[in-house]
Amino acid sequence: MTGAVLVVVDAPGGEPDRLSLEALTFARGLHGPVEALLFGPGAEKLGAFEVSTAHVASDARLAGPVPEARAAALVQLIRETPPSAVVAAGSEPGNELLAHAAARLGQPMAANVVSASPEGDRLRLVRQRWGGSLLEDAWLDGSPKLLTVAPHAVTAEPASSPTSPSVVPFQPTLSDRDFRVRVRPVEAATTSGISLSDARVVVGGGRGLGSGEAFSELEELASLLGAAVGGSRVVTSAGWRPHSDQIGQTGLRIAPDLYIACGISGAIQHIVGCKAAKRILAINTDPDAPIMDVADYAVIGDLHAIVPAISAELRRRGSAAG
Amino acid sequence: MNILVCVKRVPQTGGRIVLTPDGQDIDTRYLGFTVSPHEECAVEEAVRIVEKQGGSTTVLTLGPAAAEDQLRDAMALGIERAILLETDGREWDPVATAEAIVSVVRSEEAANGPFDLILFGNESADTGGYQVGVRVAVALDRPIVTGIKSLEVGERSVVARRDAGGGAWESFELDLPTVVSVKEGINLPRYPSVPGRLRAKRKEVARVSPEWRAGGLEKIGLRLPQEERSAAEVIDQGPDAAGAVVDLLVRIGVVRQ
Ligand SMILES: Cc1cc2nc3c(=O)[nH]c(=O)nc-3n(C[C@H](O)[C@H](O)[C@H](O)COP(=O)(O)OP(=O)(O)OC[C@H]3O[C@@H](n4cnc5c(N)ncnc54)[C@H](O)[C@@H]3O)c2cc1C
Ligand SMILES: Nc1ncnc2c1ncn2[C@@H]1O[C@H](COP(=O)(O)O)[C@@H](O)[C@H]1O
Repeated sequence: MTGAVLVVVDAPGGEPDRLSLEALTFARGLHGPVEALLFGPGAEKLGAFEVSTAHVASDARLAGPVPEARAAALVQLIRETPPSAVVAAGSEPGNELLAHAAARLGQPMAANVVSASPEGDRLRLVRQRWGGSLLEDAWLDGSPKLLTVAPHAVTAEPASSPTSPSVVPFQPTLSDRDFRVRVRPVEAATTSGISLSDARVVVGGGRGLGSGEAFSELEELASLLGAAVGGSRVVTSAGWRPHSDQIGQTGLRIAPDLYIACGISGAIQHIVGCKAAKRILAINTDPDAPIMDVADYAVIGDLHAIVPAISAELRRRGSAAG
Repeated sequence: MNILVCVKRVPQTGGRIVLTPDGQDIDTRYLGFTVSPHEECAVEEAVRIVEKQGGSTTVLTLGPAAAEDQLRDAMALGIERAILLETDGREWDPVATAEAIVSVVRSEEAANGPFDLILFGNESADTGGYQVGVRVAVALDRPIVTGIKSLEVGERSVVARRDAGGGAWESFELDLPTVVSVKEGINLPRYPSVPGRLRAKRKEVARVSPEWRAGGLEKIGLRLPQEERSAAEVIDQGPDAAGAVVDLLVRIGVVRQ
């Protein structure tokens, strides 16, 4: 593999986001100088990550969610430079953009890679399957190598020898067709209260709740703890909770200080959504439930007795959320 | 409205994954099979659109002969026709999968007219490639958006919405014919009815046998990630645990006394 490693950097408000910094850190581990592509400001912030050249697409229309047009620009840059590898964050927009570029170039692509090393013309890599519950060793062919980096698979770390990147404006030739998907104005958030993805404490409910009404027991505990309430796919499929409350592979990934899992067995698809929690407390009748493999603490027994007892004890002691 | 939905057969893994001794696959001897929740929602969405505004629905999968079960599951929910791209059980990478789907779409469209809407899951449950839908759309030169959680279908275009983070929504308008990748949450799929299941059993499944080819992403083997967590510390049994739990909450700084 010869040539630079080109990293697509997302920098909302001119500040490279965490997943982009992770992708830049990952890219340093591949051979070759690291270059960046930005669709807006933020290039001067990339020296700490040893970026030699920052290509800045100078077309204001590329600022929004326009994956087709961004891919057209990316493909032009790839054809002009050409890099040995192109790396993006394994976020929804990152995966979408790289899939578009790969399809246009007729090249393979690997999503959610956790490590990679060039071996001859091929890239040997490890990537996530099943949302991260399983790892795959694989070969990636093609030129350039196209891949996205699994979120939080590497820690974003500035390089030991910072650079001052040369910032190169780049004017892609775009047609109306690249903008055939019409973007409508973004609708702002309407929800209030503690959001599940940002909450410091989350109380989760599963099939063991037995009914939607039983969630009032979790709501009470959550309000005493300043926590958000979520659940397993069983409770969203049953209509006990909206899908926006689902934690797991096809729901939300949470990373609270404490996750209290009530009546949840711990299927792998649920665990990938909550394993970033600092601590997990499981409340379950079954001491052998798989959730016990990942939980730090457990209370064995009927959640309908245990959860209200914890709420009562908090009330009795007059404890407040810390 | 003529709609095609693409689904993929995957094992229904539960609490723990067990691999085959050669590390090439998940040991599925004791497992059932299903499709991704995203794809279940794509099936439901297709059925709802056609219930509301008329048209026809087709489900397609590329997989082993047994993937016929997943096609019948979709027909039990109201999909009319099914196409199986039958493989010998080997894994197909995303490039090869998309090519095979595109070639069937082309021959179907030549025979029966265009699909106004092709629905995909956002990502497959097992391999999570995040690309087959995009590749198919690009090959057919049709627009696509991914991650869609709400879809309104008009005469000539669709309006599709997705999460933009922090509770905000991004919204797009795409002219038909188009491709859309959906996510779980776009709807709440119905359960199959008994008559639905019986009808699905009797329906025909069209079969094609595409030839396997390498696509540029080649599996070497599978392994389980190393997790550092140790077994849970059992605080207590039953409601008597409440005192000890609150002590713990105080100790780890979640509540103040
Ligand atoms: C591709 C795919 C994606 C998926 N995505 C997700 C996802 O995003 N999120 C998700 O959660 N799931 C997901 N699933 C589903 C997942 O496999 C499990 O089916 C689901 O997580 C199980 O939910 P549960 O733990 O609530 O139910 P169960 O597995 O039925 O567990 C119920 C638990 O409650 C306990 N219990 C029962 N009664 C009581 C009581 N009175 N007190 C205390 N404990 C009690 C039982 O001992 C048991 O452990 C996905 C599945 C697939 C195939
Ligand atoms: N073997 C397959 N047969 C039919 N559809 C598939 C297959 N593999 C992937 N798809 C579709 O493409 C979507 C994205 O898959 P992937 O790119 O593998 O994440 C899935 O949700 C399915 O809708």
